[in-house]
Amino acid sequence: MAYVAVKGGERAIDNAHAWLAEDRRGDPAVAEIGTDQIREQLGRAVDRVMAEGSLYDPDLASLAVKQAQGDLIEAAFLVRAYRTTLPRFAASAPLDTVGMAVRRRISAVFKDMPGGQLLGPTYDYTHRLLDFALEVGFTPQAPAEMPAEGGEMPHVHSILGHEGLIEADASGGGEPGDITRTPLSFPAGRDIRLQALARGDEGFLLAMGYSTQRGWGGTHPFVGEIRVGEASVCITPPELGFEIDIGDITVTECQMVNQFQGSKTQPPQFTRGYGLCFGHGERKAMAMALVDRAMRAEELGETVSAPAQNVEFVLYHCDNIEATGFVEHLKLPHYVDFQSELETIRRMRADALREMEGTP
Amino acid sequence: MSGYNFAYLDEQTKRMIRRALLKAVAIPGHQIPFGSREMPLPYGWGTGGIQVTAAVLGPDDTLKVIDQGADDTTNAVSIRRFFARTAGVATTTHTAEATIIQTRHRIPELALREDQILVYQVPQPEPLSKLESSRAETKRMHGLAEYGLMHVKLYEDITRFGHVSISYDYPVMVAGRYLMSPSPIPAFDNPKMDMMPALQLFGAGREQRIYAIPPYTRVVSLDFDDHPFRTTRAPHACGLCGASDSYLDEVVTDDRGGRLFVCSDTDHCETRRAAGHVGAEGVAA
Repeated sequence: MAYVAVKGGERAIDNAHAWLAEDRRGDPAVAEIGTDQIREQLGRAVDRVMAEGSLYDPDLASLAVKQAQGDLIEAAFLVRAYRTTLPRFAASAPLDTVGMAVRRRISAVFKDMPGGQLLGPTYDYTHRLLDFALEVGFTPQAPAEMPAEGGEMPHVHSILGHEGLIEADASGGGEPGDITRTPLSFPAGRDIRLQALARGDEGFLLAMGYSTQRGWGGTHPFVGEIRVGEASVCITPPELGFEIDIGDITVTECQMVNQFQGSKTQPPQFTRGYGLCFGHGERKAMAMALVDRAMRAEELGETVSAPAQNVEFVLYHCDNIEATGFVEHLKLPHYVDFQSELETIRRMRADALREMEGTP
Repeated sequence: MSGYNFAYLDEQTKRMIRRALLKAVAIPGHQIPFGSREMPLPYGWGTGGIQVTAAVLGPDDTLKVIDQGADDTTNAVSIRRFFARTAGVATTTHTAEATIIQTRHRIPELALREDQILVYQVPQPEPLSKLESSRAETKRMHGLAEYGLMHVKLYEDITRFGHVSISYDYPVMVAGRYLMSPSPIPAFDNPKMDMMPALQLFGAGREQRIYAIPPYTRVVSLDFDDHPFRTTRAPHACGLCGASDSYLDEVVTDDRGGRLFVCSDTDHCETRRAAGHVGAEGVAA
């Protein structure tokens, strides 16, 4: 057989891209989906792409979801690769989540508290029965409305804090780090850990958080509160010298309240795990709070033995863009390495067979 | 390409990478952390090498990109196109014509020169990673030049198999100080790194590390006096050009055990055939 060198990689790539575009469009007899439809009707997907893509822009995230055919990790990757090229004009002030316009806020530790419980738009108490009415499409009834109560909604820990029952907010400790500019190094501070978790894969954090509940680094968690709503982003341009509000972003925040036995220097006190992500993502924020608390094991004098408590393990593996790249790179040719393995294993087998024949 | 800087990365980022490269050249074989950026190609597909190439590439450079020694493998095509598109530089498949060669898994057969730079794509820069999973710990081991663990691994291989079983990514000592991963090149290529006239740069994007071997630096593959390092290649001559000293790919030609062995370095093979060398299965050029 004559050997034909495998040429034509360029043509193959062009053809593959053309086929991909056709595949993405699907049946041309079906109307093309608009990015506005994705933004408005697939909001949770858009939110997840913004959170893991680490860029708050619902329009770009919707475009990414469309371009990636709904593959949300691929979409987050598109957003990340775009984000990295953007200039940075300013750093925002810390988000004021106490003052945010809350549309959902629940606590599992108090029946009622200042600001009250607000169920908001949630799947929590839906019965998971496929709703065939959605197949044909329908206009939902207008939900009941009531005037918003003015005033701030204090965090639950500030209620417990009056008695010293729960640890106070950690002190700022200067400028927070940024893993998109400075490589990870260990020990990693909580600022770095929270940044990595906020960008981290929801599925990974979910499994890690779940593992702490099943005994792999238990933290005795209670949902202090979860809130979803719009928070103002404020910056102070140097030429103005005062703070201005540049817009609102939707965020989900979870304050987890965890048991702590106390130590020689500290009386028993509740500790906290924290989760925050772009958009409406309660599962992500809760899992993040569980893992954040688990990773504080060393700081709190607990035994570090479970995966979720191992900061290096969690931070090096929570990023799905890194993970998917490296897992999927196994698709790339490895013939050279495989060839060297072939030669090695042939040699090892020859040695082994000789020995087996030599023995009576 | 409009909307993007020359070679994609902004100049500030390139400066940050060049600083890391200078540090790397000053401390041969030592891994320098750098603020690796998200690239429009996936992690694990050469983002480290691409960032290093982007940082050293100038408009007058001629770029060659190889994967598995070949210029026409799909990922090599994709990376070469990326730079042709974002930097508009000249590209070549001829090793001798290139000023910068980005590679995955091979070192070209043709000896490189002082005016060339070889950029390696590195998946895992930490040579101790399979023996010690914590980077905080391996950093300490490098600091103390505490490499006993690797010697024990080689020793255990020898007691078990009679020889070291590592066939690629075979660890090397650089300038007598740092243990270094040569990237997953076959051990066959390791000797080419030693005293190479060209500058060798290594980029690991996902792991955020850069390291380097300056020209004419001692690079020694780990071994023992009574078990010296040795390389392996398929014991054949290239079916197309007849070369008996190049690294070979094994191509399966049928389902009855038929094999054809050909040079993995496509430029090497083509150059030899153009010069009139013909292998057993080849056709005269």
